[in-house]
Amino acid sequence: MNTTNYNYQRFTLRQKLSRYTVYLVIIIALVQSIRTVEVIPEFFFDAPTQMADLFSRMWPIDFDFYPISVHGAMIETLNIATLGTLLTLVFALPLALMNASNVVSSVWAHWIARFFLVSSRSINSLVWALLFVAIFGPGVIAGVLAIAFRSVGFVGKLLGEAIEEINMGSIEALRASGASWMTVLLKGYWPQVMPAFFSLVLFRWDINVRESAVLGLVGAGGIGVVLNDSMNLFQWQRVSMSLLAIFVVVILAEIIVVNIRKRLI
Amino acid sequence: MSSTQAFLEIKGLKKEYVAGKPILKGIDVTIKEQGIIAIIGPSGTGKSTLLRCINRLIDPTDGEIVFEEKDICKAQNQQLRKLRRHLGMVFQEYNLVERLTVIENVLTGRLGYMSAWQAWRRKYSQEDINTAFELLEAVGLSEQAKQRADSLSGGQRQRVGIARAVMQDPRIILADEPTSSLDPKTAVEIMELLERFSLEKNIPALVNIHDVTLARRFAKRIIGMSEGQVVYDGSPENITDDHLKKIYGGESWLD
Repeated sequence: MNTTNYNYQRFTLRQKLSRYTVYLVIIIALVQSIRTVEVIPEFFFDAPTQMADLFSRMWPIDFDFYPISVHGAMIETLNIATLGTLLTLVFALPLALMNASNVVSSVWAHWIARFFLVSSRSINSLVWALLFVAIFGPGVIAGVLAIAFRSVGFVGKLLGEAIEEINMGSIEALRASGASWMTVLLKGYWPQVMPAFFSLVLFRWDINVRESAVLGLVGAGGIGVVLNDSMNLFQWQRVSMSLLAIFVVVILAEIIVVNIRKRLI
Repeated sequence: MSSTQAFLEIKGLKKEYVAGKPILKGIDVTIKEQGIIAIIGPSGTGKSTLLRCINRLIDPTDGEIVFEEKDICKAQNQQLRKLRRHLGMVFQEYNLVERLTVIENVLTGRLGYMSAWQAWRRKYSQEDINTAFELLEAVGLSEQAKQRADSLSGGQRQRVGIARAVMQDPRIILADEPTSSLDPKTAVEIMELLERFSLEKNIPALVNIHDVTLARRFAKRIIGMSEGQVVYDGSPENITDDHLKKIYGGESWLD
C-alpha cells in the first residue's frame, strides 16, 4: 500500500524560535525581579503565623464600638461620597459638552476640556486628598473636594463619549424646526443621553463610597480616620468592626445602584 | 397669498463641498403652486443638498433663496431660526427623538416658537396641545399618542414625522426621500398624507423622490435633476422617456 505523508507543522522554525525566546525572557524577568525585591525568608515563611495571630486579635468583633464612633464616621463617609459626586457634576457637565465633537466643534475647546479631564484622572484620589488636607486642613471638606476632583475626569470623559454616540438625525430635525441651541440641547441631546447619564453618576457614586472609606487614612474625614486611629492604637477588634461596616455599606450601595439602574433603562 | 407672489425663489444656487467640485451648479427654481412638487434624479446628484440648502442645514456657497421676502442664504441666528419655523422638514430616516413619546415628538414642531426654559418645563400652550392631538388623529395614530416613538413601525414613524412638520405651521414642506425606507403600500399612504396636508394648508411640498412612478402619480410639477443641474421642469404628463434618459442616463432600465 502506498500512503502519502502530508507535511504539517503549526509553526515555522522561525516562529518556534521566537516563541521560545519570549518564554526565556519571561523566566529571566521573573528571576531577576525576585532577586531585586529581596524577600526576607524569615518574614516570608512567618506570614501564615502572623496572619493567624492578627485574625485572633481581631476576634471577637467589638460591636459595642459601632455606636460610639463607627456609625457617625460611616455617615460622614456616605456624605463625602454623595456631596463629592454632586459637586463633580458642576464641573463634569460643561467639560463633557465641550469635549463632545457633535456639540462644540472647536478643536481648542476639545483640547481645553481634555486637559482638565486628563489631569483630574491622572491623580489618584488619595493624592488629591493629601493636597486638599494641606490646603483646607484635615476634615470633610478635603474629602469632598478630593472625591469631586478625581471623579470629574471619569464622569466628564464617559459622558462626553455618550453624547457623541447619540443619533444626530433627531438633532438635525430639531434644528430644522427653528429651535434655539439651548432648546436643542434640552429636548434633543438630553432625552437621548439621560439613561447613560444616570447610570454613570450612580456608578461613580458607588465607586466614591468605596474611595471615601480610604480617604480618612490621610485625614480627609470619614470611616478611614477611625480605621487609622484604631490601627495605630493596636485595637484590632475595633479595626475588624470598621472593616465589617465598610463591607456592609459597599454591598448595600451595590444593591441599591443595581436596582435603580434596572429601572432607568 | 396672492397668485403672483412666489412661495420660494431659488436663484443661481451653488454648493461646493470641495472647492472646485460643485455639487449644485446654479439652480434656478421658482415655486408658486401648492401641492406636491417632486424632485427626481439619480442618487448623488444634489437633490438632498438642494433641500438642505433651503433650510440651511447646509450652507450654500453662492446664490439666493428668497423666502418670505428674505434671503435665507444671508439669514443669521435669530432671523434664520424664525425662517426655519416656517420650513417643515420630513426626513428619510424619520429623525424622531426615539425616547420621547409620540405626542411629545409632534409637539417638538413648536420648539421654534418657545424659549428653552418653556421647552424644558413642557409649557406647551393649550392650543398647541389641541393641534397636536388633532394632527395625530389625522395621521391615524391617536391610540399611540402616549407610546414611545421607538415602539412604532417605519410607516408610523414617518406619519409622526409629517405631523411634526405640519405642527410647525409651515409655509413650505420639504421632504427628503420620505418614502425610500418604506414598502410600496406605505409609501403611497405617506405621499397621500403629504398631498393632503399641502392642499389643506395651501402650501407647496417639495419632495425628493427616486420612484418615478410615484412622482408621476402625485406631483403637479416635476423637477428633474442631473449632475447638479435642473434638466427638466414641468408637468408630469409632459415628461418623456427622452427626459428620463437625460436625467438618469442609460435606457435599459426604462423597459
